Amino acid sequence: MTQSAFAPSRRIFLGLAASGMAAAAWSGPVRAAPVKTSARVVIIGAGAGGTALVNRLIDRLDGASITIIDPSEKHLYQPGLSLVAAGLKPASYTESRTTDWLPGGITYINKAAAGIDPETRRVTTSGGQAVDYDFLVVAPGLVLDHDAIEGFSLDLVGSNGIGALYAGPEYAARTWQAASKYTEEGGVGIFTRPATEMKCAGAPLKHTFLIDDIARTAGNAGKTEIIYAANNQSLFGVPIVSEKVRMLFENRGITPAYSHVLKSIEPGSQRATFATPDGDTELEYDYLHVIPPQRAPDVIRQSGLSWADKWTDQGWVEVDRQTLRHLRYPEIFALGDVAGVPKGKTAASVKWQVPVVEDHLVAAIAGTEGTATYNGYTSCPLITRVGRAMLIEFDYQNNLTPSFPGIIAPMEELWISWLMKEVALKATYNAMLRGKA
Amino acid sequence: MKDLTFTTLIAVFEEIFGRGLFWAMVVAAVVITAAYLYVLVRDRSMSMRKFLLAQLSMPLGAIAAVLFVQLITNSGFSDIGGPIDLIVLLGVASLGAVGIAVLVYTLQSLIRSRTG
Ligand SMILES: Cc1cc2nc3c(=O)[nH]c(=O)nc-3n(C[C@H](O)[C@H](O)[C@H](O)COP(=O)(O)OP(=O)(O)OC[C@H]3O[C@@H](n4cnc5c(N)ncnc54)[C@H](O)[C@@H]3O)c2cc1C
Repeated sequence: MTQSAFAPSRRIFLGLAASGMAAAAWSGPVRAAPVKTSARVVIIGAGAGGTALVNRLIDRLDGASITIIDPSEKHLYQPGLSLVAAGLKPASYTESRTTDWLPGGITYINKAAAGIDPETRRVTTSGGQAVDYDFLVVAPGLVLDHDAIEGFSLDLVGSNGIGALYAGPEYAARTWQAASKYTEEGGVGIFTRPATEMKCAGAPLKHTFLIDDIARTAGNAGKTEIIYAANNQSLFGVPIVSEKVRMLFENRGITPAYSHVLKSIEPGSQRATFATPDGDTELEYDYLHVIPPQRAPDVIRQSGLSWADKWTDQGWVEVDRQTLRHLRYPEIFALGDVAGVPKGKTAASVKWQVPVVEDHLVAAIAGTEGTATYNGYTSCPLITRVGRAMLIEFDYQNNLTPSFPGIIAPMEELWISWLMKEVALKATYNAMLRGKA
Repeated sequence: MKDLTFTTLIAVFEEIFGRGLFWAMVVAAVVITAAYLYVLVRDRSMSMRKFLLAQLSMPLGAIAAVLFVQLITNSGFSDIGGPIDLIVLLGVASLGAVGIAVLVYTLQSLIRSRTG
């Protein structure tokens, strides 16, 4: 009696335990059933944001026609460029094929979006194809305005003591050619950043710290004079981090040149001109790292989607900072670097933005309201030398928002933070692209 | 980090090692642990002689694990920057030590069967 009463309940218990474990292991957070719809969703850009979103949308929507538009055959893992430009990884480390990350069951158009008409809800591609949408997500990243620096051209990168690691894998590798020569021969090294919004505002600092560290390790610290040209009176947009960087600079003998914005260069005589509040100043360099002004792609700026009264020289998309939904066209969302929100131009931000856009988009399709919000989360493993970094995470309010409070101190130079950058970041990024993180 | 769930962790590890290698390592760990439990149950006791050799191998496993981590990353002992780094280092070393001890014990038991 007891036996037979016990047997089924034990079986049930074991069954429950097993299915519970299986559920925890395999299905992750429970998702609602896919929304049945025939909506046409168009995504512009298959970079970090577009790819991560499309891989999640296919699980959330049943019957939707989803189109993703991107002219580039290559997908770039851009956070890796900092490592390439310090000789720590080959250029190929940052490259993969765009199609490797895209799911089946969608349409991929290997062309650029050349026009967006938000009134008629139509995107035109560079191939002349018209694609109509019910919902549009713009995620084309940003463009680097190298032409804004007079005298500069990408051909110069790698020789003449000029680096420009933002320009892509090949240029990052060439940047290392110029930078490594500098770490051996020494002289004046000037590290710049633009006065516009920029992706990963920590990257100019990382390059400065890394090149200083590599010269130091080679025993050439005495030969180098390193200047960091800041765009304003701070070294980083978050005050507490800026102060920490100031202390590190002091400690390392790196000189900050505040409010020095690169205007033009003379590669022949290796002189750079900076706009400062007191007028232009000229500095001589042996190594110059150029990060140009950054703006929304033309297709965005010409479509009338940009803010009319903010960032007028840059053209970021006018969206609600919490929902990333366009303020004038509710069927349009912006994701990633192109979004007109303060902060948030990192892949880590994309990771937090994607579920928000997904939530509001799917809700809109289902005829309800989404609830998820983006708080401005931005993160940047700020490398301070080969082997150490600070895991800096913050939000719109300039609050630090550490992921591992009490365990990984955000303002300390740590090995574990370096391991995260070197080992875990690309893996997390890839998992994000697959819609799994 | 947003939503650091078990599934996210698995996805990240799959990306670090590649899906095939990651699951091969998981299977290897499970097989070795199962074999260890098997010899324990089979022999009904721990053999102290085998355990001694297993213990002697522990420092080797610890050192090997730490050197392995340093080899696959651009970092070394001088990068230890705070308490958590020390904990990570000791964690890696302990994993290596325990791993090799279990492996050595199990191998001896399987090879030399029930003797000793
Ligand atoms: C040097 C460097 C270091 C960085 N380090 C970090 C870091 O440590 N941590 C971090 O979190 N982030 C870092 N980032 C930032 C991160 O890479 C970006 O914020 C992230 O890639 C933004 O994603 P996105 O989808 O908005 O744009 P992207 O990933 O740039 O993708 C945009 C896509 O849109 C496509 N596209 C462009 N124009 C069009 C068009 N007209 N039509 C259709 N498609 C178009 C492009 O081909 C591209 O594939 C770094 C960036 C750089 C450059």
